[in-house]
Amino acid sequence: MPVDETLSRFSDWSYNTATLIYVLAMVFFAVEQAFGRAGRLRAERTAARKHELVGASAGGAVDATARTPAPISTPAGSAEPPLSPSARRSTSRAARFGRMGVSLTVLGALLHLAALVLRGLATSRVPWGNMYEYVMAVCLIAVVTWLVVLRKYPSVRHLSAFVLLPVVILLFVGGTMLYATAAPVQPALQSYWLIVHVAAAIVSSGMFLVPGVASVLYLMRDSHESNSSRFAKLAGHLPGRDLLDRLSYRTTVLAFPIYTFGVVCGAIWAEAAWGRFWGWDPKETVAFVAWVVYAAYLHARATAGWRGRPAAWINVTGFALIVFNLFFINLVTTGLHSYAGVG
Amino acid sequence: MSSETRTNQESRGYRATPARRAFAFVRNTWRGLTSMRTALILLFLLALAAMPGAMLPQRSLNEPKVREYIAEHGWWGELLDTLGFFAVYGSVWFSAIYLLLMISLVGCLAPRSVEYVRSMRAKPVLTPRNLSRLPHHASSTVTSDADDVLATARKRFKGWRTTERDEGDGVRSISAEKGYLRETGNLLFHFAMLGLIISFAIGKMVVYEGQVIVHADGSEFCNSGIYAYDSFNPGLRVDGTELTPFCVRVNDFKPTYTELGQPIQYRADIEYSSGADLASNTWRPYQLEVNEPLRTAGDRVYLLGHGFAPVFTVTFPNGEKRTQATQWRPADQTTLLSDGATKFDPPGITDSATRRDNQLAVTGLFAPTPVFNGKILSSAGPKLTDPTVAVDIMRGDLGIDSGYGQSIFAIDQSMVEKGALERVARENLRVGESITLDDGTTISFDGVQRWVSLQVSHDPTQLWVLGFAVAMLVGLALSLLVKRRRVWIRVAPAAGAEGGGRTVIEVGGLARTDQAGYGDEFDEIAADLLNQDTRSP
Repeated sequence: MPVDETLSRFSDWSYNTATLIYVLAMVFFAVEQAFGRAGRLRAERTAARKHELVGASAGGAVDATARTPAPISTPAGSAEPPLSPSARRSTSRAARFGRMGVSLTVLGALLHLAALVLRGLATSRVPWGNMYEYVMAVCLIAVVTWLVVLRKYPSVRHLSAFVLLPVVILLFVGGTMLYATAAPVQPALQSYWLIVHVAAAIVSSGMFLVPGVASVLYLMRDSHESNSSRFAKLAGHLPGRDLLDRLSYRTTVLAFPIYTFGVVCGAIWAEAAWGRFWGWDPKETVAFVAWVVYAAYLHARATAGWRGRPAAWINVTGFALIVFNLFFINLVTTGLHSYAGVG
Repeated sequence: MSSETRTNQESRGYRATPARRAFAFVRNTWRGLTSMRTALILLFLLALAAMPGAMLPQRSLNEPKVREYIAEHGWWGELLDTLGFFAVYGSVWFSAIYLLLMISLVGCLAPRSVEYVRSMRAKPVLTPRNLSRLPHHASSTVTSDADDVLATARKRFKGWRTTERDEGDGVRSISAEKGYLRETGNLLFHFAMLGLIISFAIGKMVVYEGQVIVHADGSEFCNSGIYAYDSFNPGLRVDGTELTPFCVRVNDFKPTYTELGQPIQYRADIEYSSGADLASNTWRPYQLEVNEPLRTAGDRVYLLGHGFAPVFTVTFPNGEKRTQATQWRPADQTTLLSDGATKFDPPGITDSATRRDNQLAVTGLFAPTPVFNGKILSSAGPKLTDPTVAVDIMRGDLGIDSGYGQSIFAIDQSMVEKGALERVARENLRVGESITLDDGTTISFDGVQRWVSLQVSHDPTQLWVLGFAVAMLVGLALSLLVKRRRVWIRVAPAAGAEGGGRTVIEVGGLARTDQAGYGDEFDEIAADLLNQDTRSP
């Protein structure tokens, strides 16, 4: 299995370009987040009014109740108090920045995907054999998850910068500190479980990033609502708590079974490779702890007195553990999962 | 009479007798323990308690590291040791947490199972009076008559659980409910988890694991007793007497490397004999690889590692020869630079004192691909290109007869310190080269053999654990992804003069779980139910 140097180099270029494009997209989203406020507030108001109207007129045909808040770019309804022309202009300009941000993110994600695929072609194996490739794949899943979320909840587009920030940081850390040249993997990793187990870990970790960020925003918003001087500049621009909470929950609920599947696959693989399915190896332990924390999140969300703020904290803790498990356990402790390929 | 009884009853009232107090205490404890709040706190405690196992060295994984840690940290290390922080998963506090959690789980599951059985028999709830107040609602007036509308609705609700009610005045309704699998999945998940934990606990009783080094030259290993192993970790109820009998013969070991010396594949060519084959002495071939353990007689044999055994021949002054290949241990896993000690007893000496003065040990380093830094030997890679040893020849008393066990990889340094064991030569040798000592003894380096380290694992419960894990996954997916939802349809003859023959249909919907996204499905159902020959009013 010789390594194709050319493809590997193309992969590196794609990786770097994708990172730069994400940074640019982040700037665009930040512009929308900062200046698009008026438009969004109006959109929320529109949605609320529409809901009321619908509730009142029960005679109409099948009504699509306001399930999703109306998109930001909804033209002002006739019942709206007219916005000043200058405010409208700045709003639509900000929205244009937001739309360009999405296009850039899609472009970045395509290059990101290309980087991953080229890595795989260069090494003739799945492109998640060391920590650099793993981080690259996790970030791709996070971005794709966010793009899917955007399709479902277009009104949270201006939050994209908050999601891209950790992605860009991870990509930067990956590209500089964790970078490993394309190479085949050691015999312990040569198993079809590498495809299944690690893919499940990647998909779930990448998906968990989104609720993690949404929960942090929830906590900011919540803190702002109980005391308006906290996060005064930022939190006023954030969507309502229930939207952030719903977004976190729905993503977590999808990611959690995948994560569980990943842990079970890991146990099956461990049985074949290390002679036991569970041995409290540091990686296994922290994976277990994170699993318990996410399980607690799901229970907290169904328990009176634990909804909202505590649940959001638990979700943030869960994602912190996922990150901890990736960096601290791979790089600092020694265990059987020492496949980082760093140093 | 009757007044008497009444006063009697009144005075009886509630009195806190000790028995009642005890009962109340037990009941309150049980309620407290099985409440969701307690379960949540216990979950956090479990997560918190598991963490030290990842942060501190653990006895079960790395005993020397634990000793090193305790030595480095003084009283703190000893305190942690006393509190069980180096064997977290067997400690009292960890066990206490998960036992409490299990009790809490059982206490939560028992009433829920009863409730589940009841709800599985129950009919969907009555149609609410005012459907327009539900989160999802639609209505229309159609020309078709009520029977047709209901017939269509019945067809549409295939797969739903439904009941029909006649509400009088020609008003009829159907309540339909779907998504019972959510609760089924939830219970399945939790029961499977209980099963998994119990299987895991039973497993801890009956497992055993043994490691052994076998030379890859046709040497045999038999799983006949603990003595056959280099190390053996039994479960709590294993005494090592009833091991599954089978034998393994290692014929060859072939590693494959890239040009740069990165390993691509390890493969041991083995034969094994188990069960009925043992009696007939039949051996079956197997290619043992990493990730491809040999599964036989309910046990598994793993290829854990490999290394070298340099072959030395000592020719004693009287012409007698002794050849030995003792395994040396890899000191560096990437370059396979190894160290070890090959120990020789002089032949033909019956006097133990004289014999003890003339024991020999060849000790030092072995490199499969040598690089020299001056005369210091090191290894450039794991490939066996030009095997070289850098050895000290030690002569004197090895201390083998002292009654203490000693490592086969090293000489007893205390004998050197005592002056009982002396270095008589130091040389770098390639294959075929030899050293001659002052008394005429020659030691030649003849070549190198490979050895593999094998692990035998026995765990009859692991298939149970797998089964429960799969059930957990299925249950989890059902309980998180299935939506419990209700739809009601009510048909009524249209009122008023122009209402003749027309029917008013109202549809309402409610998702019983907090999962959003029910709207789309409701819209489809509503469209199917309402758009039968619709005439908008």
